[in-house]
Amino acid sequence: MTERVVIVGGGTGGTVLANNLAGRLDREIDAGDVEITLINDGPDHVYKPVWLYVPFGQRELENGRRPLEELLDSRVTLRIDRITDIDADAQRLRSRNPGRPIEYDYLVLATGSTLAPEEIPGLAEAGHDYYSESGATALRDELLSFTEGHLVLSVVGTPHMCPAAPLEFVFMADDWFRERGLREDVDITYTYPIQRVHGNPHIAEWARPLMDERDIRVETFFNAEEIDADENVVRSMEGTDLEYDLLVGIPPHRGIDLIEEAGLGDRGWVDVNKHTLEAEAAENVYALGDTANTGVPNAGSVAHYQAGVVSQRLASEIRGQPPTAVYDGKTLCFIETGMDAASFVEFDYENPPSPARPSQKLHWSKLAYNESYWLTARGLL
Amino acid sequence: MTDTDIEPTETVNARGAACPGPLMDLIGKIRSVEPGAVVCLLSDNDQSLTDVPEWAEQAGNEVLAVESHDDYQAFYVEKA
Repeated sequence: MTERVVIVGGGTGGTVLANNLAGRLDREIDAGDVEITLINDGPDHVYKPVWLYVPFGQRELENGRRPLEELLDSRVTLRIDRITDIDADAQRLRSRNPGRPIEYDYLVLATGSTLAPEEIPGLAEAGHDYYSESGATALRDELLSFTEGHLVLSVVGTPHMCPAAPLEFVFMADDWFRERGLREDVDITYTYPIQRVHGNPHIAEWARPLMDERDIRVETFFNAEEIDADENVVRSMEGTDLEYDLLVGIPPHRGIDLIEEAGLGDRGWVDVNKHTLEAEAAENVYALGDTANTGVPNAGSVAHYQAGVVSQRLASEIRGQPPTAVYDGKTLCFIETGMDAASFVEFDYENPPSPARPSQKLHWSKLAYNESYWLTARGLL
Repeated sequence: MTDTDIEPTETVNARGAACPGPLMDLIGKIRSVEPGAVVCLLSDNDQSLTDVPEWAEQAGNEVLAVESHDDYQAFYVEKA
């Protein structure tokens, strides 16, 4: 009987998994023993790290988009559709297209993050972001005309995609305004919800002195409660008011509602075993990338490594062998520290990060990786 | 403090979450409840023993009790 693997989500996790699995199970697929289907609600794969560069005029949105059809192994069936119901007991999905339900033997949820600015009154109206295509282009237009005033970057919610990106943005903005001779006319403030500037204490200890040296003001224990767009003020739960001229907000994130409705986890994040990535509440269901509630950063490198683990485990299960591959929390991350310098961190569940000294070489490494990302998506790198 | 008979309005189970997950889970829940409500946070992360009282003080909320169990703590926080 044919084993049906259904992957929902065509971001980094879903795409890398589909290609990795197609390569690993090529003989079984050719023999008709395995089918791999990837379901995505749009035709394109989007590489979100490009958005960080859009507000500074360094990249265009199209640099981060490619048709999934071009990226996927020809042995993977691509279905453009939106899933509307997950029945994990019956191992069945329904979609917005009427017709027969989609049945699976193994389901992988790689549905990623969605933005929820509406959870903070005023944020959607007053705040800019670079966590969406529309946000990145609108912010670019604002930044180009911003020559003086107070730029506030407020991390409103965690977890959020790419935990280093808010630090990168203020480091890049500082450098960008300096290069243009405007820095003395622009104040920059960075806010973070807890008592340090980043969730990981090692990265926070590294970043804070850099921020102080570069006159980037910091407000910690700052959880935005509402944005008063008439007065240009962010009000925090802790009772601090912060006036701004340009507000860049990192909005609260959620997974998709279907996951909560299916009883797989809260706020759209699937509760998983953090080593095997198997759902806690259902059989034959995996989650990876942002969707998997593992406590590691919501980052592309995490999705990439997790996809390799899920691929190995699925192949073992399909072949009737005990799956042995486990995810060890491995995360890699380049961190821009300006317009032409970057740091680099590597860590896992056991070993904390130790940020590298910022250098131009690491900056170019980050840009080179961004360009070669499409090889990663294809499963070649 | 141990063993309380406080009945929380909401309970957040953040056991197993790495720092700052438990504190962020608490903050998220405090956002969504009414003033006067009591949120009980379950955490097995030692950092919560300092994070939670420090944040509660900053935000003007009150830690009513901290209950110690074998391998986790329960923090009862009343929203101001």
